[in-house]
Amino acid sequence: MAQIMFWEAVRRAHDEEMANDPMVICMGEDIGVAGGTYKATNGLYAKYGAERVIDTPISENGFTGLAVGASFLGVRPIVEIMSVNFAWLALDQLFNSAAKVRYMSGGQLTAPVVVRSPGGTAHMLGAQHSARMEKVFMGIAGLRVVTPSNPRQAYGLLKSAVRCNDPVFINEHELMYNMKGEVPDNEYFMPLEGSEVAREGRDVTLFGYNISVHWCMAAADILSKQFGIEAEVIDLYSLAPLDRAGIRKSVSKTHRAIIVEEAEAPVGVGSEVMAIINEECFFELDAAPVRVSAENVPIPYNHTLEKAVIPDANDVVAAVRKMFGK
Amino acid sequence: MNAADKKRLLREMLFARRFEERCYEAYVERKIGGFLHLYPGEEACAFGVLEAARPGHDYVITGYRDHVHAIKCGADPKEVMAELFAKETGSSKGRGGSMHIFDVKHHFMGGYALVGGPFPLAAGMAKAIQLKGGDEIAICFLGDAANNQGTFHESLNMAALWKLPVLYVCENNLYGIGTRIDRSTAVVEQYKRVAAYNIPSAQEDGQDIEKVFKAAQKAVKHVRSGKGPYFLELMTYRYRGHSMSDSNAYRGKDEERMWSKRDPIIMLRDRLIESGDLTKAAYKTMDTEILDQIENDIIAFAESSPEPRVEELHKYVFAENDPWVKGAARGGDK
Repeated sequence: MAQIMFWEAVRRAHDEEMANDPMVICMGEDIGVAGGTYKATNGLYAKYGAERVIDTPISENGFTGLAVGASFLGVRPIVEIMSVNFAWLALDQLFNSAAKVRYMSGGQLTAPVVVRSPGGTAHMLGAQHSARMEKVFMGIAGLRVVTPSNPRQAYGLLKSAVRCNDPVFINEHELMYNMKGEVPDNEYFMPLEGSEVAREGRDVTLFGYNISVHWCMAAADILSKQFGIEAEVIDLYSLAPLDRAGIRKSVSKTHRAIIVEEAEAPVGVGSEVMAIINEECFFELDAAPVRVSAENVPIPYNHTLEKAVIPDANDVVAAVRKMFGK
Repeated sequence: MNAADKKRLLREMLFARRFEERCYEAYVERKIGGFLHLYPGEEACAFGVLEAARPGHDYVITGYRDHVHAIKCGADPKEVMAELFAKETGSSKGRGGSMHIFDVKHHFMGGYALVGGPFPLAAGMAKAIQLKGGDEIAICFLGDAANNQGTFHESLNMAALWKLPVLYVCENNLYGIGTRIDRSTAVVEQYKRVAAYNIPSAQEDGQDIEKVFKAAQKAVKHVRSGKGPYFLELMTYRYRGHSMSDSNAYRGKDEERMWSKRDPIIMLRDRLIESGDLTKAAYKTMDTEILDQIENDIIAFAESSPEPRVEELHKYVFAENDPWVKGAARGGDK
């Protein structure tokens, strides 16, 4: 099993799926000749040509809609939206066309399109380049949302998303493309629904997804070494639908839950997971669930202010200590 | 177009007229719900263009005024009416409604309710055709007001850039909902707007089906030959308001009278009578047969069809039993 970077894993999934099926194409801004802002399609233009690796104009709603229309006829487009902030412009085609067409056609049409986009707050990019939009996508019926936290997931989820007959939004992270991790050498597909136990523990469950899984893992390490608290970390790689069974199983084991999200709290992953805990396993709880989330402000440019908005492992540790009174 | 073709088209257009008029009645009777956008007055556009294309083979997409386009593509009018009656036997199984008629087996790829939404979808279908190397074309019918959406410009740019086989047909009925075109649009003549994208275009009288047919033949030939997109503007008029909730108070009676004199069905009928290919009596018989068919065949089917079952409310949200969704992780290193 090789250690490769996140962007290499995404690129490998593209390459294999394009080699496997001539109807798989990819499109987006600067993904062809330039190889992609994060190199996720590096070298594919030379290998598959301009017909299948398409440099688009800066028309997010237009080219997303074009991909959706192509998918009606059996093409399997992988769309890269350079930054999730620009995906706001494509919501019309994603929500009104891709997510609803199967239902409103009574099952006649389907839009097997994949849209990948990096979100998250990187480094001093300011309010309009730092959005975390997963909360917006996960509330729309008919759209699947997955968010990989490591190269293996990035590879395995993209492979499955391309073959799945539903539209899938893949929420990536600007800071994670150079992250290294093990990816199987053989072809590998991850189920699009579910969650993974990233670390087993008995005292408290830390729910994370995408980058916040890493904060949870670092916090669990500190909690174990310094405070004797064994935290379980659940990686919610599928945000729509959320893994109700996985959430119930872990909370029923640890009886305590903390949800860690990079986005601001209102109407988000944390509020949704809390609602599921209430509905599924309220009487298993020994303490009220807690959210660790971003401050509810547009992201400031100044780095000190920016850091003050986004939580980290120390915030997770503090929340757990408060819960345990330690 | 010979006399037999013209008579067939007359019948098809008259059928569409009567179908839509019966929808109006059913809406008033509350058999049809939601929003209902009717096509009377504009028939020569859909029938003239699609007569020049290959309905059932070419991929057709449009906005919410979609019943007639679906029928011309081959959709069973019984299923279209059943859809309007919100029945399980409807073309979209009662899940879509008037604005979302689909008949994919006849390549009618749907009616969409966001103004301008189908522009990029049509370009995408054309991209798929191009990739597969087929001889189909994509045809997108939309109204003039859709051209003020960003999707119009984004899609025309990409269609021209990649020489996509797509025909954009602008049914210019002069009003965007209740706002007259010169009050919403800086350049009133729509065919001129696409010059910015180097797309060939034409403007034609949308009330005269023979003229529409001729213009569409040229347009279809251009697109099918691989030369890229084409834009055809058809000047037309809808007799009713934008939708059933529209009182139509913004238009003058003189204007309506003027357009009613250029009715596409009456014009073709009179021409056929003048040339001796049709008698008034034969026309009357044709009309009676159509009205009977609509009442006894189509409405009866829609009325007697079952409603969708609440137990199937969640069907069609996602693909069923998709192996990539729930299946255990596959492959990888053991």
